[in-house]
Amino acid sequence: MSTVVQPVDDLAPPESSRVHYLNAKYGVRSWLLTTDHKRIALLYLVSITLMFFVGGAFAVLMRLHLIEPQGTLVEPDTYNKLFTLHGIIMIFFFLVPSIPATLGNFLVPMMVGARDLAFPKLNLLSWYIYVAGAILALYSAIAGGVDTGWTFYTPYSSTFSHTNVTAVAVGVFVMGFSSILTGLNFIVTIHKMRAPGLTWFRLPLFLWAIYATSIIMILGTPVIAITLFLLGLERLLHIGIFDPAIGGDPILFQHLFWFYSHPAVYIMILPAMGVMSELITCFSRKRIFGYGFVAFSSMAIAVISFLVWGHHMFVTGQSIYAALIFSVLSFLVAIPSAIKVFNWMATIYQGSISYQAPMLYALGFIGLFTMGGLTGLFLASLATDVHLNGTYFIVAHFHYIMVGGTVMAYLGGIHFWWPKITGRMYPDGWARFAALVIFVGFNLTFFPQFMLGYLGMPRRYAVYPVEFQVLNVMSSAGASILGIGYLIPLIYLVWSMRYGPPAGPNPWKAKGLEWQTPSPPPTENFPEIPVVTEDAYEYAKPGGHRE
Amino acid sequence: MTGLIQPGLGLLAAIQEGVPIRPEAASSIAEGVDRLYFFLTGVTLFFTALIFIVIFYFMVKYRRRSDDEQPPETGENLPLELTWTVVPTLLTAVIFVWSSSLYFRNSRPPTASTEIFVIGKQWMWHLQHPEGVREINELHVPVNVPIKLTMTSEDVIHDFYIPAFRVKKDAVPGRYTSLWFQATKTGVYHLFCAQYCGADHAEMIGWVYVMNQPDYAAWLSGGARNESMAQTGERLFNQLGCITCHVADGTGRGPSLAGLYGKPEKLRSGEMRPVDEALIRQAIVNPNSILLPKYPPIMPTFQGQVNEEQVLQLIAYVKSLGSEERKLKAK
Repeated sequence: MSTVVQPVDDLAPPESSRVHYLNAKYGVRSWLLTTDHKRIALLYLVSITLMFFVGGAFAVLMRLHLIEPQGTLVEPDTYNKLFTLHGIIMIFFFLVPSIPATLGNFLVPMMVGARDLAFPKLNLLSWYIYVAGAILALYSAIAGGVDTGWTFYTPYSSTFSHTNVTAVAVGVFVMGFSSILTGLNFIVTIHKMRAPGLTWFRLPLFLWAIYATSIIMILGTPVIAITLFLLGLERLLHIGIFDPAIGGDPILFQHLFWFYSHPAVYIMILPAMGVMSELITCFSRKRIFGYGFVAFSSMAIAVISFLVWGHHMFVTGQSIYAALIFSVLSFLVAIPSAIKVFNWMATIYQGSISYQAPMLYALGFIGLFTMGGLTGLFLASLATDVHLNGTYFIVAHFHYIMVGGTVMAYLGGIHFWWPKITGRMYPDGWARFAALVIFVGFNLTFFPQFMLGYLGMPRRYAVYPVEFQVLNVMSSAGASILGIGYLIPLIYLVWSMRYGPPAGPNPWKAKGLEWQTPSPPPTENFPEIPVVTEDAYEYAKPGGHRE
Repeated sequence: MTGLIQPGLGLLAAIQEGVPIRPEAASSIAEGVDRLYFFLTGVTLFFTALIFIVIFYFMVKYRRRSDDEQPPETGENLPLELTWTVVPTLLTAVIFVWSSSLYFRNSRPPTASTEIFVIGKQWMWHLQHPEGVREINELHVPVNVPIKLTMTSEDVIHDFYIPAFRVKKDAVPGRYTSLWFQATKTGVYHLFCAQYCGADHAEMIGWVYVMNQPDYAAWLSGGARNESMAQTGERLFNQLGCITCHVADGTGRGPSLAGLYGKPEKLRSGEMRPVDEALIRQAIVNPNSILLPKYPPIMPTFQGQVNEEQVLQLIAYVKSLGSEERKLKAK
């Protein structure tokens, strides 16, 4: 730990008397009416953490239920509501906002050397919109639930389900505007508010990833909004867009839904890749290998991600020629991801690697994301997708990407920037222990699901044939370990806010503008707007920016 | 307590037997799909192992030894970047060609397939053989005979999935999808619904019985004597009054249906459409959407009066009236 605590900057006043964004004002009003991007990031952090544990609780109940083939806990109806709410909450209210709304909000202005985002009030508004959407979703969960699956497939959702589909759809619809506003804010900020000397190719790769993500948010989210709006109209007025009984087409819904929801996968994973580039460079003290390749692979992913939606629909009766095109494009989108993984590995090469908690999360990400990505090839392949579509293989695949990838990187990022956000250190031993527990628990939970999928167990089954039990029990055992793994950081991070030792401005000796200001930063971020004279990740220059 | 011990013992026995890595392969395409699957598994394991080993090696070799350590600078390396761009591209190209050609072969039914009709309905499968035998949640088929399933749904989207055959296809309301397989091993196999369809989705399961030819023939002729689908369809055709307009000699107010199946028809819109299952269904439930130039738009919709099963029987009847192909052959 001695390596971690840096002497407080000589020029800075003593920690206790220094004014920073956290102690500049007190009281509920000062938080709820703040336009400071750092405070809004914390508002988001609290809200999405709450949603994460609500969604996680649903997952724990599901895994408990599936210990026995006939189900141990709930009626099938209730089980269907559990997986639906788990999916909706985790995807729309945790994963989509996760890294952009918390770390992105905190870091984008600091990384470009600005005092705030371009539109601070819009930023606060986007949080209120998020909260309104989340309240609607939670209300529907309490008032009877919803049972369509997070995919809302018609005509089940439009005509047959008797649950709160409309309320949840409105919740997701509303939440979408928060995404759009956040994306807009980031794009304008990155374009217009970079500090003098901070050219595009000096930007930290986190910003390239956030920029690519913002483009998807702005272009994709309106489509899901339109889709859910049509779904609501269909439910309320039976206008006949999706209902075949009155001339509609239920498959049209899937086209519209996946036109957003596949790019949304990249809304969730691209920021995680951005975090990765920051962690890998800092903890191996190396400049990123292949900056241009890593930056442009983010943009390539953003573009191609809009052209692969049909791979969710290979077994709907889609024309085999359409399937062929969606298949080849799906293979194509895998390549930029592979490029990133190889570049991160080359970055570590000959580095000076330290194993503090954020780096353990980062290395865990590489392993799990690689497995998640490679198992995607099984699903891009037409012949194997026919067998695997709709089974647990899919469930395992996307959890390796979304949980093994995004959540690992998110936690790595939270641990990396925690000293900057709070000004205090957490106990690194506990943090490493938690990373290990999460890695083990995650693999035990989801690896058996790959096997279940090839054996033919369909997803979303409240009861299942007895021959699938062994693997289900393994998965449930893993989930209990994973659940504990996620609770440990919650405890020590909260503890550290009061009892953690002061972190100093730059405990990791990291580069990047956000480390050139005290921790926690003053409300205006920088006493003076910095002038940038070098590329990102100049770890080869001893001392770097602070000299 | 015994209620807990029993499944516990079953679990223990299953663990001792080991977990299989693939389901039974009981269709003509299963082995081919498995080969691709195992190849992909090999690729995944190879790259995962490679990346894990390299990372562990770097972690040990390049661990930070002193706090002020300064690693050497690594320059850009274009050949290396191109290598790890081109190698994955080539590898995915190989997988794409392999999987797509396999998929093309797997998705085309042989022309001489036996046709069976499937209707998904919350939460059961209705199956109907052309000979008239109907089944619920059970499908009896002969071994080594190509079977083509024509499927639709009475309500929401379902998905007909037989893991042992490696086949799966959605049953979509308002349209026909098809699926074919040729079973290669007699036995009993799982049938699952693989598209979430509401409360009892997990109970929408059944069994596929693959039988020897003689056993199948005996099963088909056993039990109560059924009329064939086409015969039922003809009865419906008369009962519903279709026959008053669709007169066989072509003198009625609607077109004669004799020899119509398979023939391309020009619609009022100018569009050419072959007379297939989808077109006949559309003509029954939404006749005004496919008007013919020579006939007035007077046919009422039969939506709500006939269910999906009856539509299929009517189609079977129209098909039994002869097809364009057969007429040509007769000439």
